[in-house]
Parts: sequence; C-alpha cells; structure tokens
Amino acid sequence: MSHTMTIHLRVWRQAGPEARGRFVAYTVRNVNSNMSFLELLDVLNEKLIHNGDDPIEFDYDCREGICGSCGTVIDGVAHGPQRRTAVCQLHMRHYNDGDTIVVEPWRATAFPVIRDLVTDRSAFDRIVEAGGYVSVDTGNAPDANTIIIPKEELENAFDFAACIGCGACVAACPNASASLFTGAKIAHLAGLPQGKPERKERVVAMVKQMQIEGFGDCSNHAECEAVCPKGISISAIAIMRREYIKAKISP
Amino acid sequence: MFKKLYQSPVGKKIATGITGLGLSGFVLMHMAGNLQYLVGPDKYNEYSHFLISLGPILWLVELGLLVFVIFHMTLGINIWLGKRKARRVHYAVTASAGSPSKKTVSSRSMIYTGIIIGVFLVIHLLSFKYGTYYETMVNGVVMRDLARLMHEKFQNPMYAFGYPAVVLLLALHLRHGIWSAFQSLGATRPSISPFIYVIGGLTGLGIAIGFLIVPLAIYFGIV
Ligand code: FES
Repeated sequence: MSHTMTIHLRVWRQAGPEARGRFVAYTVRNVNSNMSFLELLDVLNEKLIHNGDDPIEFDYDCREGICGSCGTVIDGVAHGPQRRTAVCQLHMRHYNDGDTIVVEPWRATAFPVIRDLVTDRSAFDRIVEAGGYVSVDTGNAPDANTIIIPKEELENAFDFAACIGCGACVAACPNASASLFTGAKIAHLAGLPQGKPERKERVVAMVKQMQIEGFGDCSNHAECEAVCPKGISISAIAIMRREYIKAKISP
Repeated sequence: MFKKLYQSPVGKKIATGITGLGLSGFVLMHMAGNLQYLVGPDKYNEYSHFLISLGPILWLVELGLLVFVIFHMTLGINIWLGKRKARRVHYAVTASAGSPSKKTVSSRSMIYTGIIIGVFLVIHLLSFKYGTYYETMVNGVVMRDLARLMHEKFQNPMYAFGYPAVVLLLALHLRHGIWSAFQSLGATRPSISPFIYVIGGLTGLGIAIGFLIVPLAIYFGIV
C-alpha cells in the first residue's frame, strides 16, 4: 500500500568549493511513500531542470546500500533516521505528510564540499593507500583454502570488512574523526593471517595519514557506530589502539 | 617520543586515558580519606598527619599528580582545539542517532567540566592544603588540625554548596571519562563495553556522593 504526501525540504546549496552556501527551501507534492529519499531528490531535480534551475548535486551509485557513494545528513543524523541504512535505502514511508526535512552535506574539513551535497572523500582513499591493503607477490592466483581460517575469526574480520567507506562516521562524529573508518580497516586486516605480517607498519602509517588529512581526534562519543549503515562496532577503534600500542612497544 | 605521542591521534588518547585513570584513582582515595572525618576529627587529623609524615614519598606522589593534571589538561584542550579545526562549518541541525551512541551531556561537556574542575583544584588547594595552619594534639602527638579548618570552611554556604556542585560536575566528567579511558587504551570489547560504561558512571556517582557528604554534614551540623 502506498500513499502520497507533501514534503518540505531545506537543502544546502553551494555552487562550488569556494562559494558561499545557503539553505534553499523546496516543497515536493505527490511524494509516493514507496519512493526512496534519493528518488524524492530525483523528482525535485526533474522539476528544477524543467524550470531551468540547477539540479541539486548528490552522490550515489548502487542505490542498494552497498557501494558507499551516497550520504547526506538528514535532520542532523548522517544517512537519516533509519538505523543501519544508507540514505539510498531510506524510504519516504518513514515520513508523514507535511514534514520538513533539513538536508546537509557531510561537514568535515577533510571532506570539502565540491557542490551542494557532494563532498570530496578522497582523504579516505589516501588513508587506505597508507597501509589498508595486503601486499602479495604477483603470479598465479593462490589456490583457494590454502590458508585455513577458523570461522569465528573470519566472521569477526568480515564484520569490519563490511565498511563501505561512505564517511557517515566522520560526518556524525562531534570531532569529525575518521577513527571508525581507519579502525575498521585495521581490525579487518589484523584479524586475518594474510594481514598479520604488515600489521605494525599498517597501523602506524594509517593513523599518521588520518592525522595528516586533518580529521579530528576521537573522544569516544560512539555516535559513529550509531549511524554506520553497516553497524560497525567501535571495538574496531579499540583494536586500532591495541594494535598501535603493540606496534609502538615492539616496532 | 613525547612529542610524537602528543601529535598522534591514538597516542593522545592513550595518554589522556592513562592520566585520567590515574587521577580517577587519586580522587577515589581522596574521597575515602575524607570520609574519615565522619568517624571523628581526631581520626581525620591522624590520617592527614600520616600522609604529611610520608615526607619525600608524598612529594613524589604530588609531583606525579601535578604532571598527570598538566598532561591531562593540555591533551584535552589540544583535542578540543583540533576538533574545532576538523569541522569549520557546523551543521544547522544536530541530533544523535541514539543507542549505541554514547554521545551525552557528559561526553559533550568534557572540556567544560574539565576546566571547571581545574580551576576548582587551584582554589581547593589554596583553601585547604595552603590554608590556615592550626595545630592540635592527638594521643600526645602535635599535628596539623585540618579538621578544624574543614569545619570552619564548610560553615560558609559558598563552600558547603559550591564544593558539592563541583563534585557533581566531576561525576559527569567521570561518567564519560572512565569508560572512555578504557576504550582509549583498547581495553574494551563489545561484550564488556556496556558493563564498563555502567561501572564507570556508578564509580563517578559514588565518588561524588562520598565527597559531598562531609561538607553538607558539617554545614547542617550533623558532625
Ligand atoms: S548509493 Fe550505494 S550505498 Fe547508497
């Protein structure tokens, strides 16, 4: 069953990285409750284009909650009110007729706004480049199952590998810290035999890069875990700190 | 080594956690010590005399505490300044996504409760440790009469109510601080984190209650 409603939006509009931004109010009528939030923006954009205005820029790719491209802060919460849901999977049935929704880009110095709701998240790529990988010799692909990993260890590592790199953790953090993202990578790789040989260089290099990128320091507010579309636990951050202590004690 | 620790996002947290836990341990002992006043002024004076007579050992502990306080405060301020740089444009609307978030009044006010406690610490040392030196004799031993000073100070409502107000802010600080210290040292895992959080909060509250009993009891003439 679907129904239609009228939704008021206040959307952050910013013409470019250096431009001054501001909120612009829009009203969208006949919003179908089965639409996703991004489809609501699509409908609004069609109208804007039709009227000769610039459409609202926002990032997305899969619209299935798996790629990590999308992300806006909705009424003060990264990815909006639905728990463990990326904004592309947020549906309008969670809203009521006449609601006003405030839409903002991720706010962090390390994620500068490119335009409207689109931010530059390449800082995350550089954190990964600093050590969030496993070095392998080239040649033939290794045979499957040559390294046996106990199921529990595998599951734990996979819980951290579920990170889609959307940046909601940074957006929601009162300090704009990237600790959950970085911690998830470190916890994922340190939990697997393939990742263990480089664990010490990895944690030191990735933590350093996090600092170079201008993210804030973690104050353990745990807001990141609450907004993470994959529900990644802040135990990743605790693991990052343990790894860091071990790496510093015996480099 | 210190400089590096000071710059690293993880190193800062580890240092804040260690100093925070050390200072928490101190306030816990201080609170327990104060409660001896309820047994009697002589008992309290004997206890303080015992501490004073430790001499160099006490100075060493005091020096250690001073270093911890300085580190803890400068790191806290450094992290707070860093956070302001890390987000220059603020959100028009801020909210919390709710559990499992631990973003609370406690966690968001650490810098303010911390600064108030820091200022209080100076006033507190001036009014007691460096306050009027009375003497008394307990069991034939001449010693400092701190109990008298305490009794005198807490007749003043400014002290009798200001002091409990600050220790309640301390409880707020510890509610987030104790759990946060364990998390910063990597000493948590999902199964025990909620437990540490609750114990941390209760410890903070317990410390505050222990501290505020004596001034209020003195003011209301109970002891
Ligand atoms: S668009 Fe891929 S996760 Fe939302």
